[in-house]
Amino acid sequence: MDNVLTYMTFIPLAGAVVVLMLPNNAKVIRWFSAAITTPPLLMSIWLFNQFDRTKAGFQFVEDYYWIPAYNISYTMGIDGVSISMVLLTALLSFLCIFASFGIDKAVKGYFALFLLLDAGMMGVFCALDFFLFYIFWEVMLLPMYFLIGIWGGPRREYAAIKFFLYTLFGSVLMLLAILALFFTVEPHTFDMRIMMAQASKYSAQVLPIWPFDQWGWGFQHVVWMAFFIGFAIKIPAFPFHTWLPDAHVEAPTAISVILAGVLLKMGTYGILRVNFPMLPVATADLAYWFLGALGAWNIIYGALCAMAQKDLKKLVAYSSVSHMGYVMLGMASFTTQGINGAVLQMFNHGTITGMLFLLVGVVYDRAHHREIEGFGGLATIMPVYTGVTALAFFASMGLPGLSGFISEVLVLLGVWQRYPVLTILGASGVVLTAGYLLWTIQRVYLGPPNEKYLKMPEINGREMFTLVPLGVIVIIVGVYPSVVLDLLRASLDQLNQIIIPHLKS
Amino acid sequence: MDLKNVASLTFFLPEIIVSVTILLLIVLDLIAQSKRSLALIAVAGCAAALIATLDLYSAQPGWLFHRMIVLDNFSLFFKVFALAATILCIWMSLGSNEIKQVHQGEYYTLLLTCALGMFFMASSSNLLMAYLSLELVSLTSYVLTGFLPRNRRSSEAALKYLIYGGVASGTMIYGMSWVFGMTGSLDYGAIQAALGGTVYNKAALFMAFVFIMAGFGYKIVFVPFHMWSPDVYQGAPTPFTAFLSVASNAAGMAIMIRFFFPGVSRMAPGGDWASLSGVEWPQVILFLSMMTMTLGNLCALNQRNVKRMLAYSGIAHAGYMMMGLAILSNEGLSAVLFYIVVYLIMNVGAFLVVGMIANVTGDEDIENYRGLAWRGAVVPAVCLAVFLFSLTGLPPFAGFIGKFFLFSAVIKQGGAFAVLAVVAALNSVVSLYYYAKIVKTMFLDSPNPEDKTISGLGQ
Repeated sequence: MDNVLTYMTFIPLAGAVVVLMLPNNAKVIRWFSAAITTPPLLMSIWLFNQFDRTKAGFQFVEDYYWIPAYNISYTMGIDGVSISMVLLTALLSFLCIFASFGIDKAVKGYFALFLLLDAGMMGVFCALDFFLFYIFWEVMLLPMYFLIGIWGGPRREYAAIKFFLYTLFGSVLMLLAILALFFTVEPHTFDMRIMMAQASKYSAQVLPIWPFDQWGWGFQHVVWMAFFIGFAIKIPAFPFHTWLPDAHVEAPTAISVILAGVLLKMGTYGILRVNFPMLPVATADLAYWFLGALGAWNIIYGALCAMAQKDLKKLVAYSSVSHMGYVMLGMASFTTQGINGAVLQMFNHGTITGMLFLLVGVVYDRAHHREIEGFGGLATIMPVYTGVTALAFFASMGLPGLSGFISEVLVLLGVWQRYPVLTILGASGVVLTAGYLLWTIQRVYLGPPNEKYLKMPEINGREMFTLVPLGVIVIIVGVYPSVVLDLLRASLDQLNQIIIPHLKS
Repeated sequence: MDLKNVASLTFFLPEIIVSVTILLLIVLDLIAQSKRSLALIAVAGCAAALIATLDLYSAQPGWLFHRMIVLDNFSLFFKVFALAATILCIWMSLGSNEIKQVHQGEYYTLLLTCALGMFFMASSSNLLMAYLSLELVSLTSYVLTGFLPRNRRSSEAALKYLIYGGVASGTMIYGMSWVFGMTGSLDYGAIQAALGGTVYNKAALFMAFVFIMAGFGYKIVFVPFHMWSPDVYQGAPTPFTAFLSVASNAAGMAIMIRFFFPGVSRMAPGGDWASLSGVEWPQVILFLSMMTMTLGNLCALNQRNVKRMLAYSGIAHAGYMMMGLAILSNEGLSAVLFYIVVYLIMNVGAFLVVGMIANVTGDEDIENYRGLAWRGAVVPAVCLAVFLFSLTGLPPFAGFIGKFFLFSAVIKQGGAFAVLAVVAALNSVVSLYYYAKIVKTMFLDSPNPEDKTISGLGQ
């Protein structure tokens, strides 16, 4: 299985082209799309088996010439930072195809764009060449714009362009930062591995220009910031988060799942892949305020916003903002527990929030609204549905025995060793989370059933099929987290070792 | 190689072929029954000139006609470019309803004359030649802009174009006279030698360069010489607008590079250029470049007419290209040339679709694009979306590679140029808004019931 990463990336792309040529029969297109996302899923299981858990470096590396004049190569490979994301992407893409079976407007276009999006996401996590990385990063924008804009809800146009503008703003800064790094390494190259190896070339000497001389920023800090803004928009970190609730509320269910499950992870993944190993001095200097404090603020702010929401989907969207805060906080601690917890939280958030959005989709398909106050007593009408929902809500809340608990505890354990104050703030977020989730359960599922929805049909087989795998993963990781943690540890420890020497005091 | 008049003629074949084609068109216009055949003859002439031009690529570089014009790959590049733009324009004109109502013989004659003028613009190495070629292009452009006889916008545009053009070229020739007065020569080589040898009054030279820049800037369409462009783009026949937007811009770029780089600067061994006279003209360009891209993009945001919007977007793109000049390096220049080619493809492509839709709906108002993809025009809509996203500079489209080369040339110079790169990058984000507005109208909006279904597109 040489070039397995290339297959995983380009099979969906080839599928997108084939979908355009298929006859205009919705059934054929849906099942073909499901079939085309199966091989990447199987390959990801194979990767999970073959991945060498003791090695910190890149594995399954592919390296080919592409544009030699600019030293751009086609380089793919994964390590502990990216493998969990690759697994998550393969799984969610497969499941979301099934979650999209309800789409009936321009089916061909939808599935072609979806597969294109799938290819872009997989490519971002596998690319080791910065140019390639950037191309994949941007290629995702177009399908996402159309998927939200054409198949979304009433305010879809606004949401789609807002998402597009925010992300492009971040990525043009990233492009300039990439070029700045490119011209500093010798020989000039876009190979991320060489950029990491030559991290000491990026000067941290304070620049004599206002305002950088006031802040004590060097070249490295400025570049760090450019990357950080690009990634923070994707995470989304406060104050760049405002596109997220809009995009989530308007996007169709499957796209919300992808957005929360995979796209948000790209932000934190990018910080771990780029900012940490390539700009270690700046990371050590800026992590407290821009990752740690901002992360803690994200946790609390997101939770408070979620509490105020009347729309079920918007509530889940803000809970994403809150949960991604744990990832940022954990990364900033530079301890084994903290960083492992952060990456595990990325994985867990993908599965748990995926479930939450699918569950919201189930009830929206039946009631055609998502007002929290408009329901009530769903537990008696749809007991099975309510059971699955409870599992997802408790996992999101961080109930012991479910996956969310493990990652949040690891993060807080790790951060405690370095920033006690931030830990207290972050831990208070757990209480707020429990607050809004339990309150929501009470309002939507408990109490007397709403007369209007007495006849609401129970969750069907297709919907269960998309939810069960995620639920099983949530329980397995909750009981035996080493399944995922073993994949990460070696690479993440090495990452910590790069930063720790540069920490002050 | 410095050739006399007769010896030059062998290397002058492309120009001769175009001239013969022009004369042929004038004669044939009197006797030909089908006007379509005139277009085909014009295309054939261009194709022959194209072959002759490509053949010259292996020729030894040198001066022709007593150092009046230069023969080198730089000028050949722009000749190929002008011919390609002309062929595309003629091809677009064949399908355009606007052009069917006018005197086609004269139309193609003038178009080829304009292309001929661009040949000279790209290859002139003498201020006199530069002025004459620029005027040749301008005069034919005025006429072609006003070529729709019963269209008030077209006539208004032509008049505005003429007045602005007259002022700009007057300013330019005034600046040229200053240069001539100080250095005593019109020849670029002699000017360079004089500037390298003697110290001149910096203020006077600076003024002269700024005056000359006015004339060039009016062709490239940079701020503050851009006012004519939205009206002219909107009023002129669409195929000619497409031609004007790329070819006129490119020729202006060529004449500007020709004068400011080998003319008044010196190349260091590393590929960087330095101003000979100590006059800071690159900083003027740097400043104007930022102004141009910002103003172009901001004005484009609220346009309702797609042609007018593309005019402002063209101003913004001129701004991006000027970055390549401001940084004074060979990388910057080659990035500009690459960008011009990419710009030709994407901009003409966009105008092609705009023209096709205007043929059916009558004008270019953005309302006509509502739900285009759902009205039976999926292929044109998708093509236009691709061209617009390419203009934005999104990968995996060519526009991204063009911007990538430009940005990388700017970042390589480092220092204060990083600010320029940041301004340009933020401008691309702004430009996404209005390009995406067209895409939004085509794909995201549902068509009104009274909108016509568009069929029979895609000739």
